[in-house]
Amino acid sequence: MSFMPYVPPEQLMKDRSDYARKGIARGKSVVGLECKDGLLFIAENPSTTLHKISEIYDRIAFAGVGKYSEFEDLRIAGVRLADLRGYSYGREDVKAKDIANAYSQALSTIFTQQMKPYEVEILVGEISEDGGRNEVYHILFDGSVNDEHGFVGMGGHAEELSTALEGSYQDGWDLATSVREAVKALSSAEGRQIEPASIEAGVLERTRTQRRKFRRLPADEIGRILAG
Amino acid sequence: MSDELVPPVVSGDPIGANPSFFDLLVRTRPELAQRVTASGSGEALVPHGTTVLGLKFEGGVVFAGDRRATEGYSIADDKIEKVFAADDYSAIAIAGAAGQAIEIVKMLQLELEHYEKITGDRLSLEGKANRLAQMIRGNFPLALQGLAVVPLFGGYDERWQQGRIFYYDATGGRWEEEDYYAIGSGGRAAKSSLKKRWRAGLRRDDGVRVAVEALIDAAEEDIATGGPDAARGIFPTVLAVTSGGVSAVPEDEVRAAYEAVVGERS
Repeated sequence: MSFMPYVPPEQLMKDRSDYARKGIARGKSVVGLECKDGLLFIAENPSTTLHKISEIYDRIAFAGVGKYSEFEDLRIAGVRLADLRGYSYGREDVKAKDIANAYSQALSTIFTQQMKPYEVEILVGEISEDGGRNEVYHILFDGSVNDEHGFVGMGGHAEELSTALEGSYQDGWDLATSVREAVKALSSAEGRQIEPASIEAGVLERTRTQRRKFRRLPADEIGRILAG
Repeated sequence: MSDELVPPVVSGDPIGANPSFFDLLVRTRPELAQRVTASGSGEALVPHGTTVLGLKFEGGVVFAGDRRATEGYSIADDKIEKVFAADDYSAIAIAGAAGQAIEIVKMLQLELEHYEKITGDRLSLEGKANRLAQMIRGNFPLALQGLAVVPLFGGYDERWQQGRIFYYDATGGRWEEEDYYAIGSGGRAAKSSLKKRWRAGLRRDDGVRVAVEALIDAAEEDIATGGPDAARGIFPTVLAVTSGGVSAVPEDEVRAAYEAVVGERS
């Protein structure tokens, strides 16, 4: 019979937090920005197929940093939750708030009950119907949720990102300005110039006529914006 | 060798995320995925959709349907829609038990969107057509009770770079059609009309006109098919799918096609 040594709960939680933070700090960062016609998520990502930014539902998008397999797992769970809810009730009953709450519950359970916490942070954003308030939720590895406005940075260089954007961010930027400023902030946080080819960006656009408002910015559009 | 030594990857379920919404529904909310079954025939009890057709033109396909639903010898609805966009590059037209058919359309639309979101890629047109066949097969017990659903499916195949049309039977059998096809109670009359009017390499406008003319012919031969009604402003639903995606043909254009056909005949 083996005995587990006593570890005070404070120490246990601190160790887990440190472990998760270290994992997240190794990865690249993501910026979320409210702009004139919607909500922009943008990140440095050398891969063009393994995304950090994705569509969840008609007006809801997702971004994740940290360990790919873990935030991908959460993304799929979010799409499933949204599609099931939209089918059982109505499409307008799918809300970012509910999805953020579900993520928060899941991450909190994983943090306290699993062998290791998830090394991820995620953003869930929803654009408003017509000029009302957008919603952006920032969910941490332990399940804590922050309701964000304006801009938010997360990942390894979250603090540097916030500092960079605090100085420049203005309400009502158009999409091109938002992309340029966000890339500038990402570059300054990383301490090097990020190539346009390794930028991943997705936007929820209120002006889109389609029901699904999410659009991935193609590489040539990003190149054009950053060149102009 | 004990079971514990077998790697879970080869012994258990398939790995990876299942991109099917229908499977997800069956697994998590089986009560919602259940199909109502009862003994006896339900044929006379529920509205039936009638004539729909699809045809190829240069650069894509046109799908069109009349607007009538019948319940036995009564008209249940004269403004129902039977032609839908399944996703950005495909369309589905339905004939048969209307309630059942709408459910299958809704499920197909969700299935395609869910697949696209989970995997990040659109399903191939072939893949979409196969998935629909499996869904129709699932409806077979109801088809035996008179609640058959038979769709016409097609769209723009991005790999083949051309329009394609598929038709089905109530058991989920699936065939590809080269030129045009029509189903439903007025399907035979519509097909005869298409046989005379359709030719390879039609332009889009001509495709729309040929489709509208076939529906007018079907309405003249079949009591369950509703013809265009200019007085009440009821015109067929027409969708076109090209490399640019699905678009509804505007009512003005359908009306113009109808007037051209009628003008030619009077």
